[in-house]
Amino acid sequence: MIHLPVLRWGEPYTSLEVDEVVHFATGEPIARVSRANGGLIQRDMRKAARAREALRAFSIEDLIARVGRAGEHYMTATLPMGDGAQSPDEFVHAQSASTGLPERMCRANMKKNAFVLSEMGAVLTSLTRGLAFDVLSTGQGVEREVPISYQAQSPVLGLVLPSNSPGVHTLWLPIVPLQIGLVLKPGPQEPWTPYRMAAAFFEAGIPREAIAIYPGQADVGAAVLDSCARSLIFGGTTTVDRYRGTPRVQAHGPGFTKILIGDDQVDRWERHLDMMVESVFVNSGRSCINCSGIWASRHTREIADALAERLAAVRPLPPEHPDASLAAFTVPGVAEAISRAIDAGAQAPGVEDVTARHRPGGRLVKEGAADYLLPTVLHASSPEAAVAKQEYMFPFVTVVECPQARMLEAIGPTLVCTALTRHDAFRRQLLDAVHIDRLNLGPVPTTRLNWLQPHEGNIVEFLFRARAFQSAPL
Amino acid sequence: MQVQTDTSSASAARAAEARAALDAWVREIVDWHFDPASGSPFWLERAGTLGWDPRSEIGTFDDLRRFGPFEDEWLRGGPVQRWVPRGLAGKPVYVFETGGTTGIPKTRINIDDFRIDYELFSATLPGEHFPQGANWLMLGPSGPRRLRLAVEHLTQHRGGICFCVDLDPRWVIKLIQKGWTDHLQAYKDHVIDQAVTVLSANHDIRCMFTTPKLLEALALRLESMGTTIRKAGITGIFSGGTEFTPQWNRFAHEELLDGAYMTPTYGNTLMGLAASAPSGPHNDYTIAYYAPQPRAVIEVVDFDTPERLVPYGDTGRVRLTTLTREFFMPGFLERDEGEREPPYERYPWDGVSGVRPYREFAASTTVGVY
Repeated sequence: MIHLPVLRWGEPYTSLEVDEVVHFATGEPIARVSRANGGLIQRDMRKAARAREALRAFSIEDLIARVGRAGEHYMTATLPMGDGAQSPDEFVHAQSASTGLPERMCRANMKKNAFVLSEMGAVLTSLTRGLAFDVLSTGQGVEREVPISYQAQSPVLGLVLPSNSPGVHTLWLPIVPLQIGLVLKPGPQEPWTPYRMAAAFFEAGIPREAIAIYPGQADVGAAVLDSCARSLIFGGTTTVDRYRGTPRVQAHGPGFTKILIGDDQVDRWERHLDMMVESVFVNSGRSCINCSGIWASRHTREIADALAERLAAVRPLPPEHPDASLAAFTVPGVAEAISRAIDAGAQAPGVEDVTARHRPGGRLVKEGAADYLLPTVLHASSPEAAVAKQEYMFPFVTVVECPQARMLEAIGPTLVCTALTRHDAFRRQLLDAVHIDRLNLGPVPTTRLNWLQPHEGNIVEFLFRARAFQSAPL
Repeated sequence: MQVQTDTSSASAARAAEARAALDAWVREIVDWHFDPASGSPFWLERAGTLGWDPRSEIGTFDDLRRFGPFEDEWLRGGPVQRWVPRGLAGKPVYVFETGGTTGIPKTRINIDDFRIDYELFSATLPGEHFPQGANWLMLGPSGPRRLRLAVEHLTQHRGGICFCVDLDPRWVIKLIQKGWTDHLQAYKDHVIDQAVTVLSANHDIRCMFTTPKLLEALALRLESMGTTIRKAGITGIFSGGTEFTPQWNRFAHEELLDGAYMTPTYGNTLMGLAASAPSGPHNDYTIAYYAPQPRAVIEVVDFDTPERLVPYGDTGRVRLTTLTREFFMPGFLERDEGEREPPYERYPWDGVSGVRPYREFAASTTVGVY
């Protein structure tokens, strides 16, 4: 069985404590992973500056070329994986086995990662708004004859990564070409991408001392956040609330992503049904960018009914099946608890589980040791219903009846908002709404991201601070 | 096999001898606690409800199972005097507490037990690392706990003077539960600041008690100042806590201690102090603890059937029995679990390794706070 060591600035370290990564359905161990301890990270972080120095030995343009090559290795090569090696197929198989994601989704996520790596030059140009890259390397430059200075706020970025969605890895791929080191705490069920990506980076000539990987428990995550001057953490609402207002930590949580249909478009809702289905269903509804709420002032029952009819036929398939579209829940009891919570929510006045009308049997399906939740569409006749703002890690959406005039005050924080309206005043309000992060005006699926745009804050602005700088000859 | 265990026929004889001594001690202690002239009100009252006479029917350690499990709740709330044996009436009594973040903490009365426990422990400390006459730093929780008094007594017993820096674990738990990480860090810094100040004040401190978390914080602070625990003068450390994992033990030895000697311990207010067999690369830094028999006994019992010991090497829940004239606590199920260890040459009785929070409580308990 493969053993994945701790990587201390690229150097493998075998811990005396190991955790097993197990197959979601059989419970059989797939890999053994060395468990780091918090003090070890704090100690290693004393050398964090070396990571940036090692990367600054290369130009950003050179690093962009290297990560491009890393993307090719990541997609095609058999790469070291701990004390073993993994081909791309073995990687997909392992990732699916431990996360419960169908293999075709794992492949889709690989392509997403590789795409970002191959387009890194354009991504960075976009995120820096055309800044000359050497300004980030040297800290100073001149733009339109004005001195400018961008100062890195940390030599490394810490990441406390999740297990449930391998798609989030795209967020940290631009870090190394920005000459910032990586300190990764992988999700317990998804160590695969950090290790494979690190191996691909090393293969492409990225210095080993630029990357550290610390698998472990909660104390390890806490140590990463404590020790790195800038970190990203992925978690639930509690995590986001906990780090709100903490400038050194950017917390990524539930998206509460929504589609809003304006009064001027709602009578033509059928035209947008495919877009709605894709927004709800792609990637098994696991992402923060999956739509969990569709809001309109009328026709909401018909919309819910049509969505339910489209989604009710979905059934779990073996993860290697080319048509598999549902991910399994890998933590025992979670699917059942979610299903019970949805049933409780559906008891509220004005709330109905519309999918229940379209399929025999319940939404919880047990296939051996794996649990699945079938896509679920609720209808809420008022935005006051608690289910109107719920999000779960499977294809789940509530179609909410709400007057357009009340929508923006009622939707709450929304990571991605696709708004269907040509109404100028409403579009202006949408553009001004500070509780909406990504805004799509027009029928853009919420899950379709433009990689040249920032996601939940611009990572460049998080890592670099624009500041005043003047110099005079001595 | 995690430690160098004692399997020869001579060792079997030593184990039998230790067992006989334990049984004899059990009889003496049961006689004392259930004698109306010397027993505590708690046990004398309880004897009336048993329907059998402990003094005539308890002959061995195994017979103590007849008492059933010792209830955690008996130690919460007063009057605390009900635990004072009549035979010790009039002596000055201390009360020490455990836990207590919310609700009423468990209490144990003490007269001389903490001194006796730590004098016994003192005999296990190697003199080359814990020199007689050396001054000590006690860096850890004091307040209602016995640690401060016990470590200070240990130091005095060895001819030294003890400097103390306090840490309030109940406040730390609150900070963690509230998510006040900045306050937590500031409090930790405040504690470590004091420790560094004491160590740099020419008091010739050579030994230390501290917890793993504080040891780590102190070592990292000293490293950031360009020095180390060893260079700060410390030659011997005793430490304890459930986060004392083999990996942490190894990390400390390889990266924190700079050659200072460290001995892990396991204990609490209720039991006393269990020393550990030597650990290191030879046994993957596994720490096996051995109670100071016959005054205290550690057993590792089945999770579902606590009357049954698990086989050697198997995992079970830690059960403590305390047998002193001041305190009788048969069969207390601790909030920890671990692996049962066979007797060791120096300690010819069962031990426990891999001590960690009991799985049923682990998710709801804030541990490793200091």
